[in-house]
Amino acid sequence: MFSYYFTLALRSLKRNVVLTLLMIAAIGVGIGASMTTLTVFRAMAGDPIPEKSTQLFAVQIDNWGPSKKTVVLGDEEHLQPQISYPDAIGFINAHAAPRQSAMYATGFALTPSNPQLLPFQVHARAAYTDFFRMFEVPFRFGGPWGAADDANRADVVVITRELNDKVFDGANSVGKMLNLDNHDYRVVGVMDQWQPIPKFYDLNNDKYGKSEQVFLPFTRAIAGEMSTWGNNNCAGDVGAPGWEGRLHSECIWIQFWAELPTAADVDRYRQFLNNYASDQQRSGRFNWRAHTRIRDARQWLAYRHAVADEVRILVLVSFSFLFVCLLNAMGLMLAKILGRAGDIGVRRALGANRRAIFSQCLIEAGVIGFAGGLLGLALTALGLVGLRVLLSEEVSRLTHFGLMDISIAILLAVFATILAGLYPTWRAAHVQPAWQLKAQ
Amino acid sequence: MELRPILSAMRRNKVGAILIAVQMAVTLAILCNGLFIIEQRVASSKRLTGVDEANLFVLTNLWVGNPTDLAARLQADLAALRSVPGVVDAFATNSYPLSDGGSTDGVSLHPDQRDAMALSALYFTDEHGLQTLGLKLIAGRNFNPGEIVDKVGYTDVTPPPAVIITHALADKLFPGGNALGQSMYVEGEKHQTTIIGIVDRLQVPWVQAGGWGSKFNYNSMLEPFRYLDQYTIYLVRAKPGQLPAVMQATQKKLIEINRARVIEKVQPLTEARREAYRNDRGLAVILGVVCAALLLVTAFGIVGLTSYWVAQRRRQIGIRRALGATRNAIIRYFQTENLLIAAGGAALGVAMAIALNLWMVSSFEMERLHSIYAFAGAAVVLLLGQAAVLWPALRAASIPPALATRGV
Repeated sequence: MFSYYFTLALRSLKRNVVLTLLMIAAIGVGIGASMTTLTVFRAMAGDPIPEKSTQLFAVQIDNWGPSKKTVVLGDEEHLQPQISYPDAIGFINAHAAPRQSAMYATGFALTPSNPQLLPFQVHARAAYTDFFRMFEVPFRFGGPWGAADDANRADVVVITRELNDKVFDGANSVGKMLNLDNHDYRVVGVMDQWQPIPKFYDLNNDKYGKSEQVFLPFTRAIAGEMSTWGNNNCAGDVGAPGWEGRLHSECIWIQFWAELPTAADVDRYRQFLNNYASDQQRSGRFNWRAHTRIRDARQWLAYRHAVADEVRILVLVSFSFLFVCLLNAMGLMLAKILGRAGDIGVRRALGANRRAIFSQCLIEAGVIGFAGGLLGLALTALGLVGLRVLLSEEVSRLTHFGLMDISIAILLAVFATILAGLYPTWRAAHVQPAWQLKAQ
Repeated sequence: MELRPILSAMRRNKVGAILIAVQMAVTLAILCNGLFIIEQRVASSKRLTGVDEANLFVLTNLWVGNPTDLAARLQADLAALRSVPGVVDAFATNSYPLSDGGSTDGVSLHPDQRDAMALSALYFTDEHGLQTLGLKLIAGRNFNPGEIVDKVGYTDVTPPPAVIITHALADKLFPGGNALGQSMYVEGEKHQTTIIGIVDRLQVPWVQAGGWGSKFNYNSMLEPFRYLDQYTIYLVRAKPGQLPAVMQATQKKLIEINRARVIEKVQPLTEARREAYRNDRGLAVILGVVCAALLLVTAFGIVGLTSYWVAQRRRQIGIRRALGATRNAIIRYFQTENLLIAAGGAALGVAMAIALNLWMVSSFEMERLHSIYAFAGAAVVLLLGQAAVLWPALRAASIPPALATRGV
């Protein structure tokens, strides 16, 4: 039956080529526009660590109090997105989470062992050993440094595969030395391809950008007075001069993540944070009530507005556009089907029931939708090229069109067209055969 | 023109009319919001920085290691940069306009003022900054060499002995216009400092729409700091027309002096502007394309449906013609019909446009839609309808009266 209806649909579509092409074009353009933006949106709003996003928590504590309100931009809860060094150390020493890491962005001038090559700049992240297992970082060679290295402020680094390719020609470099700012660090691990998008653990700079190329123990970075290359906010109170002064200040520049696998862990951790803040209040550091918060990775991305406003506007606009295109296709389908009322009347008179007419017309709509979806795919590819040309490199990195997107496009096209075809089809099914025959 | 026959015909064809009206309404809602966003982003990307962008370039320098002789190295670099033929002047700083990175501080008039009166971007400079940037000093004087103090890294909290502020910041702090010579407090330093000069205009480094700098776009101050850090930004101004040559020459010169450095970025400010506003321009172009496509699709929809109506009413039209209706009367019929539908669509569309805008105002950093956009959008949609209906209407008018006598 299906193949018969399918042939009928094709024949009917061929009868009025202009109208058919108009419908396909309308749906194709709508799908093209909405899929272009949806692809970028999906990349931006994607879950960078799906298997664990509900177990990883960003930690916030109010160490500024209500009086510094005006300085923080756009935070209705009056919580800072980063934490201070005293709190980072307080949390680390409490060992309240099964896995945890304080971290911050820094960087180096790397001098390659080949004297022919000029030194170059690398971005680095100071973290604790738990960073790697917590965030499921894959390793190509070696592995994370040990807890002892954290304690001993050891001169060890984990590097990315990309940097290993560049500096060590892709060979197993574990045990080799890397010269960073005139100091030798021993490579303990080479990561495999790892690129969470967005870079959820630190959304302050370059949130869709590449992950850092070098990782080293947080304790080592602090001991080496390595300045932050990320965001630093002191809310007008920079503390005492120099590195020591900065460490003891209430400036916020450190990100803190904890892995809490069970609901009980989460409850315990909340309790711990609250107690910690209350302790600070008792000791006189905070003269306000404990105000802390943990958010899992997904909540964190929503809270920090990981999806750019531009992309949200474009998604909104392009889906409204798709809506207009569908209304358009619906109108044309209506015209087309009612124009064929005579045919339908004859078929009904010859014994076709309403259900048969209904499914035949819906199949016709589905064929149009499928063709529109194919056209839409081509236009999406074109649209993504356009976005790459027009938008920043950071956003351009999000314009990869995968199998998933292709299936979404086709399904969306077929489903939306059938939806738009429901009313015209319903009208077709209610054509009165007697009237039509009389009118002939 | 009698409206009654048109209305009664429309009543028999409700769905088609509603489809067109809703299409026009959504088109209108998107069109006026789209145009509004385009206008805003374009206006934003045309804002002036106040510096001589055409002849300026930036060169970032990262020393290998943490040398202890930063002051001497900085001095040597600056002397070398200023000696390159074609260079007007150069200085070292922490940030520059359009860079999207830098420092902000709260500024107030009293040391005990709890909340800062204004936020201001900080630019560190020596006595060469004004000339290099090409800033226009509208009151007071430049720093003199003796006022420049060392600032060793970002954790150094040495207060600035004097500052030069922008006209915008001066107006904010001293609405009376008497800022020059007054003292103010830079919050981070908790120290009193004196305003020795006022420049016409100097934009903050953050220009993104709705971003960090959007609340204090021209509140900037120049602080007389010799910034000693592993990472330094040099700004160099070339003589007109010599920028490309100077960019090459300076880079070579610096490497000659000392190879143990990384020069990560050498970029003209015109390029920095392109980069800073790339997403704004991109959004404007995409919205423009979508708006055009939307108008096109809606127009084709109207053509398609009206053609169908014409085809459906061929006989009636023939009868009307046979009964004495002129061609113009037939054309007017379809035009009036479309006008009625479009008016309904436009009314709905204006309401939707306002609702859409209100929603965007609440969820994005966006301004309220000016009513002129709603009216302009409504006019565009009405004209679009008239233009789209013209061709089917002409076809209808060409139906011969003789048709009435044929058939049945």
